[in-house]
Amino acid sequence: MMINSWFSQIIKFVNGEVSFEPKEKEKEIRKPSNHKEKSLKERYFQWRDERGYKVFRGFYGAISVAVALSIITVLLITVSYLPRYGEFSNPVNNEVTKRYIEKGMEETGAVNIIAGIILDYRAFDTFGESCVLFVASCSVMMLMRKDKKGKPCEELTAYDPKRDLIVKRVAKIIVPFNLMLGIYVVLNGHLSPGGGFSGGAIMGASLILLSSAYGYQNIRKIFSEKVIKIVTFISLSFYAIAKGYSFFTGANHIPSGIPTGTPGNIISSGLILPLNIAVGFIVTMTMYSFYALFTREEI
Amino acid sequence: MPFIANFPFFCILITMAGGIITSMANGKWAFRINTVVVSATLVLNTSLLMFMIKTPQSITYMMGHYPAPWGNEIRFGPLEALMATIFSFVTLAALVCGKTEIFEDVKPKNLHYFYIMINLLLSSLFALIYTNDLFTAYVFVEINTISACAIVMAKESGKTLAATMRYLIMSSLGSGLFMLSIVLIYGITGHLLMVPMHDEIAHIVSAGLYKIPLTIMIGLVCVAMAIKSALFPFHTWLSHAHGSATTASSAILSGLVLKGYIILLIKFIVRVVGLETMVSFKVLNILFVFAVCAMIIGSLNAIKENHIKRMIAFSSVAQMGYIYIGISLGNVWGLVAACLHIIIHALTKPMLFSAAGGLACASGHKKTFDDLKGAAYRNPLAAFAFLIGSLSMIGIPLFAGFASKYYISMAAMETGSKMWITLFALAVSTVLNAIYYVKAIKVIFTKPEGAVVRYKNSKSYVFGMTLFIVTNILLGLFYQPVVNIIAKGIELL
Repeated sequence: MMINSWFSQIIKFVNGEVSFEPKEKEKEIRKPSNHKEKSLKERYFQWRDERGYKVFRGFYGAISVAVALSIITVLLITVSYLPRYGEFSNPVNNEVTKRYIEKGMEETGAVNIIAGIILDYRAFDTFGESCVLFVASCSVMMLMRKDKKGKPCEELTAYDPKRDLIVKRVAKIIVPFNLMLGIYVVLNGHLSPGGGFSGGAIMGASLILLSSAYGYQNIRKIFSEKVIKIVTFISLSFYAIAKGYSFFTGANHIPSGIPTGTPGNIISSGLILPLNIAVGFIVTMTMYSFYALFTREEI
Repeated sequence: MPFIANFPFFCILITMAGGIITSMANGKWAFRINTVVVSATLVLNTSLLMFMIKTPQSITYMMGHYPAPWGNEIRFGPLEALMATIFSFVTLAALVCGKTEIFEDVKPKNLHYFYIMINLLLSSLFALIYTNDLFTAYVFVEINTISACAIVMAKESGKTLAATMRYLIMSSLGSGLFMLSIVLIYGITGHLLMVPMHDEIAHIVSAGLYKIPLTIMIGLVCVAMAIKSALFPFHTWLSHAHGSATTASSAILSGLVLKGYIILLIKFIVRVVGLETMVSFKVLNILFVFAVCAMIIGSLNAIKENHIKRMIAFSSVAQMGYIYIGISLGNVWGLVAACLHIIIHALTKPMLFSAAGGLACASGHKKTFDDLKGAAYRNPLAAFAFLIGSLSMIGIPLFAGFASKYYISMAAMETGSKMWITLFALAVSTVLNAIYYVKAIKVIFTKPEGAVVRYKNSKSYVFGMTLFIVTNILLGLFYQPVVNIIAKGIELL
């Protein structure tokens, strides 16, 4: 009998006669009634509505803290079993790092080994990384950009920093130096610590300072949405074409014909300098457009 | 090296370049550029597949002027070529099918961003398939995460934004765990490329060193990939993200994005750790338990669901269980069955989503079963596709889904201890699948009362749907050659 009714329920379900949406009757039952003797179901629903969610939230919080703590413990224990930091016999000190350090300058022409690794030895990763920035800025544009151009609405400009005299004066002094530093870091990426990513971040920061001191209307005269789009497009296309050429020739064992120059000169190290400049532009534009979009939903 | 060996690199490069160029285009041109790019990758991958079937070994391709342990590398055999072919085909068909809906759902100002995301998503999937470098895989996992979230978000409504938030949090957690595991493995092997890493791990295991970091690392990779591909306890984001996005996004997300990570996991198991070492670490047993739960609980959730797209999404959870059960059996035939199911699910699920989208369009954009009553009379093409897709997912013989279930049970026969549980879970899950799919079919094919208004499908929808239906029927009838390619591919992985 039990099984029979259970089976007929399934048949009904398959026929599309039963659905799991709560029926009108059940909805009525869920309202707490003043009737003295409540059924188990009613009491359950009442408990759920009154206290259930609270209990669940507490339970959920406790469980999540416990899970996080246990993961932290496990990872800390794991770290204690790893090879000690900085020992010579570590597995990390193998033929890979040896060649990077000993032959890096000769093969890539870059005095800064890191630049040589990220823009020549493992340039595919870095190409992916700059595409991550591109994807991120595109998705922020997609989410935040307002529908129509025009005057910014009141709510958004309310949080705009007031054009304070101190900020203006300080920005006037700092921004040129900051921009110069950024450009220096980008251009010397193959000679000294730095490169496109860090230099671009410095330049982006100075643009942000400039826009909060003098208002975005002034910045927009140079860095309008169109300019940002075109600069990003040109930098990324240059990156794709240059690296595509380099990958293609490398894989097919064709000499690329790009001179590495004398290590230490400003014009040296083959493609690394122009790639650093391209990455610098991409990072600057991404940082500035993030700031602009998050503060006022337009560039 | 033959010229054709450049094709995987061309695929990755032209999809990326396509994304970059699309940023300068408007909506319609974005669609055109995207279609051209995806078709080009389809052609390239198909010719690569034809070539790889005849080649007796897999090919390693240097990305740059420096060889293996120093520079980046991609490596491909028949399996990778087959997967990439299927992926580009499904993307093309899903986008063509969902074109009308994309243009309705996505705001005009965002259309070209949507296509940028699709291009970069595809390039990251190709890179995940072809790469021979774990760190490159991580970089492209990042691209994949962001662009997958963005194509959910493209249809801007409260529901999709909430779903995107959930998806982003879970997905970032997965990326973070993957990053940690790469740090651990680099610390104990000193390599980032898969083949040198494999040699180093074999050396470490035979010397009995670093046992705990190695176990934790393998566990972290498995959990990260399980989160990314919505295996059972981590599946909560999936139904919202796939259920509320625009049809083409849901099709691509469930058909391809989940699978990219599973292929990475298979490559990690076979190429980095080695199947035998992996079995000795017992991590696969945990995946096995999760997979069995996924098969049953995913189906139960799907039964409860009253929204057709969310039902199909929950069915994906169950299907992920099938794939993971194949992987966790720990033998080569299990991996073959898993790969076969990846292909079958990648072809069937986007068809189901597109069919559901078509049925919903014919019923006034409503997706609950009450509104879909008799939708087959309004949109026969979509209903036919839905019928074929659901029969395949249930696993009726002569349809594609049967083949993979058959191979999974064959692989389970070889294991011994896991055999009974696998067979039992397969049987239960098949019955549960049948319950909700047959219900959906019955609702859709019930003759409605009153006059029937035929919905006019757009040309692109008919074209895309025909592509899907034909490939599914063909795959159901002739799966043997595909299995042969996969078996050879796993051997050469």
